[in-house]
Amino acid sequence: MFTRSRMPKIAAITMTGALLSACAANTAGSSAGAGSGAPGKGTEAVGFIFVGPKDDYGYNQAAYQGSQAVAKAFPDLDVLTAENVPEDDNAARVMNSMIAKGAKVIFATSYGHLDAALKVAAEHPDVAVVQQGNLITKAVPRNAGTYFGTVYEPVYLAGVAAGRATRSDKLGYVYAFPINQTISNINAFQRGAASVNPKARTFVVNTSSWCDPAKQAEAAANLLKQGVDVITQHQDCTATIIKATEAAGKYTVGYHADASSLAPKGWLTGSQWQWAALFTDIVRTARDGKFTGSKYNANYRVGFKTGQNPFVQSPFGPSVTGEVKDEVARARSWLATAQGSPFAGPVTDQGGTVRIPKGTVPDYPAIEKIDYFVDGVVGKLPK
Amino acid sequence: MSDLITDVLSGGVRGGTAIMLAALGETLAERAGVVNLGTEGCLLVGALAGYAVAAETGNPWAGLVAGALAGAGLALLHAALVIWRRADQFATGLTLMFLGLGLTSLFGAAYVGKAAPGFAPVEVPLLADLPLLGPVLFQHDPVTYASYLVAPLMWWWLRRTRSGLLVRTAGERADVLPLYGYRAGLIRGSAVVAGGALAGLGGAQLSTAYAHAWFEGMTAGRGFIAVALVIFAAWRPLRVVAGAYLFGAMLAVAPVLQARGHALNQFALDALPFVITLLILAVIGRRTLRAAPQELRRVFESSSTS
Repeated sequence: MFTRSRMPKIAAITMTGALLSACAANTAGSSAGAGSGAPGKGTEAVGFIFVGPKDDYGYNQAAYQGSQAVAKAFPDLDVLTAENVPEDDNAARVMNSMIAKGAKVIFATSYGHLDAALKVAAEHPDVAVVQQGNLITKAVPRNAGTYFGTVYEPVYLAGVAAGRATRSDKLGYVYAFPINQTISNINAFQRGAASVNPKARTFVVNTSSWCDPAKQAEAAANLLKQGVDVITQHQDCTATIIKATEAAGKYTVGYHADASSLAPKGWLTGSQWQWAALFTDIVRTARDGKFTGSKYNANYRVGFKTGQNPFVQSPFGPSVTGEVKDEVARARSWLATAQGSPFAGPVTDQGGTVRIPKGTVPDYPAIEKIDYFVDGVVGKLPK
Repeated sequence: MSDLITDVLSGGVRGGTAIMLAALGETLAERAGVVNLGTEGCLLVGALAGYAVAAETGNPWAGLVAGALAGAGLALLHAALVIWRRADQFATGLTLMFLGLGLTSLFGAAYVGKAAPGFAPVEVPLLADLPLLGPVLFQHDPVTYASYLVAPLMWWWLRRTRSGLLVRTAGERADVLPLYGYRAGLIRGSAVVAGGALAGLGGAQLSTAYAHAWFEGMTAGRGFIAVALVIFAAWRPLRVVAGAYLFGAMLAVAPVLQARGHALNQFALDALPFVITLLILAVIGRRTLRAAPQELRRVFESSSTS
């Protein structure tokens, strides 16, 4: 079902829904209500669940690499991983089976894993459950939390590079669902581009799927047809769009991982995760019995302003000039200052209404609540 | 506006090709009297085998052959179970779909994100410059061009050749065949396997010519659409083509409109292809069932009364 990191690779390859439910039976109620101790304290195993395959050149690969960094940092820990865990009750079953194997710290790494993660946390007070990227909107339980980087900061920097690279002033953004994280990214990309090229506009197409390569192919084909010459995306699997863009001789801005090998000519830059430090610190905190009340026992966000953003900028591609690199570096230092933000006012929406007045710098939680496209984004949010 | 229609139709051909090949394969099987609900599985194994072999050999054409073989292999299992072991066609087909999903998930992990050579669009000289027809039909990849021939050939073959007649007889009055010294099972089996090969080819087109990538479950239900299309097309190859392109075009509407910045209800658009398919099935359902091969009606009716 899932593997210990030391086991042969073949065992890591998993599971259809049918298999999933088949294994669920033996995992019921292992330690429910057992411990009143600190969640995660002294754990001998850590569990990670991923919504997709661990080598998708994207979101899941980055999180998987984070899990392997934990394995490296704590050689005595069993690191359990499960790929392709759907965002439904199956996720709770997989987490429960990890808990049955001794895991008292669980990382649920997909946005849609939150409900299952909270359910598992409620059933197992002695297990610390952290979820990647979503927000707990009610009171945060003492053994749960969410964590994320401020994704939109490096995306803004990539926007700067894209705004300089485009000849047609048309940028393309292929996304999956209109969740806040994605909306912030699209807005930040456009604002980054517009900060150096006021004529730049971002055309958005959504696929209603985290990974549907055929739909991505169609999205990329249409954007290219409309004269878009820089394409970026918020999808879990990224190869299809990058290859289509490279084949058309246009520029790629990556997301999730360094995929410059797929676009040796057109790669500009991108944003990618380095989860190692954060994952390791979360595990250490929980293991020492200090999870409850820690910064991780909350909706934890870390960005250029507050510390080491786990979301970093990918290496530049060959076409990016030294001048543009300097420009990006300046934008980066500005983002780290108190006045700096991709959403430093004034921010106007597509209708021309000022949403964030001049002089206002929204904090991270406020940015995650933005539910409109900014001026310069072409396309409407699905309603 | 005409530009917009061109893009939708062009996207319909691009995105409809895999569905068309799978649906033509299913047509072949059903004309011989066997339903293969495992078509989705055949598409999937074709997509993976095509991509994997293209990656390993560096030759996308070898990938196409492998895709067809993989699809045929899975269909052979279906044929063996339903013809030789007389297993329930629907249950076996669904099981094969899950088998395809499981197998490709197992063996496909190594190819996720791996680079492989594929088919690029090649404009057909002169024809590509035709208004409307040029961009819609003649600015695609070689596999799509080759797929244009499949339906007319199948139509001609089913109507005009002796072997085509035998397949139709297996679907209409299988009990006649032994009188002439033929084995219905063998004919049916061959049709199912050939149908699986076509679906596998469709899968390989999806991964090596369209998406240029392999991902788990990347066929996303296209095999089931193909099965529905066969009924909606009343088991006629040329109508299958029209249906597949129609479905592809419905899928293309959303990206075409969005890339131009048009406001639209995304969720309605996503549902559109399926709603249209359902509507057409509902409207023509009773009429088409009369057009069904006799032996197939027996399969449907026995299954709905049991």
